[in-house]
Amino acid sequence: MQQTANIHEHTAADDLALTVRNLSVDYHLRSHILHAVRDVSFDLVKGRTLALVGESGSGKSVTARALLRIIDAPAQVTSGEITLFGPDAPLRVDEMGENSREVRAIRGKRIGLIFQEPMSSLSPVRTIGAQIVESLRLHRKMTVAEAKAETVNLLRQVEIAQPEQMADRYTFEFSGGMRQRAMIAMALACDPEVLIADEPTTALDVTTQAEIMDLIARLQHQRGMAMMLITHDLGLVAEMADDVAVMRFGRIVEQGPTDAIFHDPQTAYTRRLIDATMRLETGHNRPPPPMDGPPLLSAKEVSKYFGEATWRGKKKWGITAVDGVSLDLWPGENLGIVGESGSGKTTLGKMLLRIVEPSTGKVIWRPGAGNGDAAERDVTAMPKEALKGYRRAVRLVFQDPFASLNPRMTVKQVVGDPLIVAGLASGSALEDRVAELLDMVGLPRDAMERYPHAFSGGQRQRIGIARALALDPEIIIADEATSALDVSIRAQILDLLLDLQKRLNLSFVFIAHDISVVRYFCDRVAVMHRGKIVETGTAEQIITDPQHDYTQSLISAVPNPDPRNKRMASRIRFAS
Amino acid sequence: MFGYVLKRIVLMIPTMIGISFIAFFIIQLPPGDYLTSVIASMSDSGQDMHPDEVRRIRALYGLDEPMIVQYFKWITGILLRGDFGYSFEWGRPVSELIWDRMGATLAVSMASLLFVWIVSLPIGVYSAVRRHSIGDHVFTLFGFLGLAIPNFILALTLMYVGYKYMGQSVGGLYSPEFVGAPASLAKFWDLLKHLWIPVVVIGTSGTASLIRILRANLTDELSKPYVITARAKGLPEHQVIMRYPLRIALNPFVSAIGWVLPQLISGVTITAIVLNLPTAGPLLLRALVAQDMYLAGSFILLMGILTLIGMLISDLLLAALDPRIRFT
Repeated sequence: MQQTANIHEHTAADDLALTVRNLSVDYHLRSHILHAVRDVSFDLVKGRTLALVGESGSGKSVTARALLRIIDAPAQVTSGEITLFGPDAPLRVDEMGENSREVRAIRGKRIGLIFQEPMSSLSPVRTIGAQIVESLRLHRKMTVAEAKAETVNLLRQVEIAQPEQMADRYTFEFSGGMRQRAMIAMALACDPEVLIADEPTTALDVTTQAEIMDLIARLQHQRGMAMMLITHDLGLVAEMADDVAVMRFGRIVEQGPTDAIFHDPQTAYTRRLIDATMRLETGHNRPPPPMDGPPLLSAKEVSKYFGEATWRGKKKWGITAVDGVSLDLWPGENLGIVGESGSGKTTLGKMLLRIVEPSTGKVIWRPGAGNGDAAERDVTAMPKEALKGYRRAVRLVFQDPFASLNPRMTVKQVVGDPLIVAGLASGSALEDRVAELLDMVGLPRDAMERYPHAFSGGQRQRIGIARALALDPEIIIADEATSALDVSIRAQILDLLLDLQKRLNLSFVFIAHDISVVRYFCDRVAVMHRGKIVETGTAEQIITDPQHDYTQSLISAVPNPDPRNKRMASRIRFAS
Repeated sequence: MFGYVLKRIVLMIPTMIGISFIAFFIIQLPPGDYLTSVIASMSDSGQDMHPDEVRRIRALYGLDEPMIVQYFKWITGILLRGDFGYSFEWGRPVSELIWDRMGATLAVSMASLLFVWIVSLPIGVYSAVRRHSIGDHVFTLFGFLGLAIPNFILALTLMYVGYKYMGQSVGGLYSPEFVGAPASLAKFWDLLKHLWIPVVVIGTSGTASLIRILRANLTDELSKPYVITARAKGLPEHQVIMRYPLRIALNPFVSAIGWVLPQLISGVTITAIVLNLPTAGPLLLRALVAQDMYLAGSFILLMGILTLIGMLISDLLLAALDPRIRFT
């Protein structure tokens, strides 16, 4: 490959840690052979980071696993050379047997692996310590006592407080960020020369992501490891990587130094990917809706306490999930609610719909607010029948397009269900309405008879939106509606929602942890932290000129997709 | 942990009271009582009993009192004096009859449970790891055969095979020469020679279903990300499977004690009648037919309690195995 040869001209040959040449992986499926990875070549160099970028299904993870020879049964490495350089003679990993002693000596010892979901990537029934000790005993031939001491030492290095006690805890006693730290400790236990991080922070909040990436970068620097970072987040790539390889349909379409890829992309695909990311970095130029009339929906000092009582009725413990939150949504407005996981934003959204009953406070709905009519309806005091009407006007779009559609219902049943429940349409009228709704969200009419599994993530989210639109709602509460989608599809869905808003006169409550999406989509933003709203302002003001300390730390932790202007390194830390 | 055990034991008390009441209630359900069936069989053989005599005996045994009073007499007798009542049919106290039989039942059940475990664990693991291999298909076929063949057919077949081809005495737990003989090594060996038939018969369906459950669970667990993590550490494949997915897939195995035990005990009845085993099943059946209420009631009560204890043991083992249960 011409490109590969060009990139590392400046690196001496003895700095190479691992080279991959013309790697291909095929999946032998029942009906056909799927070429998951085709002719992929790249180098990993000591002390440098190569980012493998691409959308879901582009073959990034399979490539990483092929390096360790741990791909699952239907997949097979069909050709290519994987060479691991080290103090001794170079090793050809591709020539080793699937579970041979040689390849097991490389796994974990010379190549470490960090996975995406720290919850499911660690066994829940064994202590964190035991899972690390195992690795040390295996590769470094330590005694149990030595391994335990080293485990504590490793946990301290990844900045886990009280490592002695935490080593004896289980994964479910750890927070997401701490689990990922433990995972890093495990991957680094045997001092590997190559570290593969497969979407290491995708499941984490931006602030936690910034901390974890800091930690990885520092450890990499200390140990001079070569790193392969697999991600779909171009912001993270710009902050972390030295070199980038862009993958699509199993091929590397372009690779080169980060700066060149971002500022002088050669292929149309890379350009499109970067454009989609950059587009979300700019605000939209929509005039804000008038805010002088009465608001459409108001939350007044709503709070939610969760707690468990002992059998005698005494409170054992209590959490305040939402703490005295007040906010207003004007007709035609997009209100964003941002915050980390656990900040209470989802609970707030559920209380607006009264799926969760507020402990205190009121939700006020003014159905005629768009026409200047300020007649109030107290949602929190509504009887069941009236609540049905309210829920027709206020609909929900969910985060996970895979879990929120019943796999045993056709698209027609899914989208038409609200109409049937409300008794509004049946027979051919129902069919016409469903077709109209599908057309509105950009799906063909013949999608109706198919089942959800036949659609991609973005298409499924469109089905979810069509379902939300079925009853001509006034307000849509979108809870992380785009966070499970690839970046190019994310932009499409947001544009669809904005377009629908114009045509149907909708208002949105948009709950998200992704700041750039909020900037693109929302007029106003409320920032939540530990159940309270710490700051409210226009989207532009929150992002460019945040006032509250917490907002500042949140904004500065968002990776900036411009390698010449790194943001995470100089981020503001919020202590509370 | 101690608090958890204590809580579970305390919670067992109301369940036991419920079981005892339901046991007593069920044996009272058929119309009439022991005397009715005695009179019926006497009139069959041409004898007659004077109504005054019937009334006298009925009062003597307390059969004319309301059910609730009879229940309290029975249950206080058990709790305070260990007195399970009197078997009308055998003319002996229930407690004399019951313990031997319960012991044999327990022995056969435990042996069957062990058999179920020992056979289904390796086969289940093999079937899950080598899914859709020839071996898996063969075991699946045998598993379904085991589920589908009624116990008594299997019992008769094995008895025939044992007698015809292996030349051993079949039926019962001991050969005739050892019945009533003092305990010895030879007697124990004889027991083992007899025990295999009931154990195989009773255990087969349980084995088959446990293999299916373990195969399904382990298959699910094998594709979890933590298995790949374990592989990425460089662990040998057998250690990966033993230490990671199997640990979690074992949960239903342990909770199986809870539901296999009652299944085994009731499964024993038909098999025990066919094989002529001295277990509780045949005795319970006769007691129910003859409306020998105290004997039947005591059996049902003891089996309920055994099931409860089985459940408790399995829950405690489960808590020891899975920290997620221990901590919530």
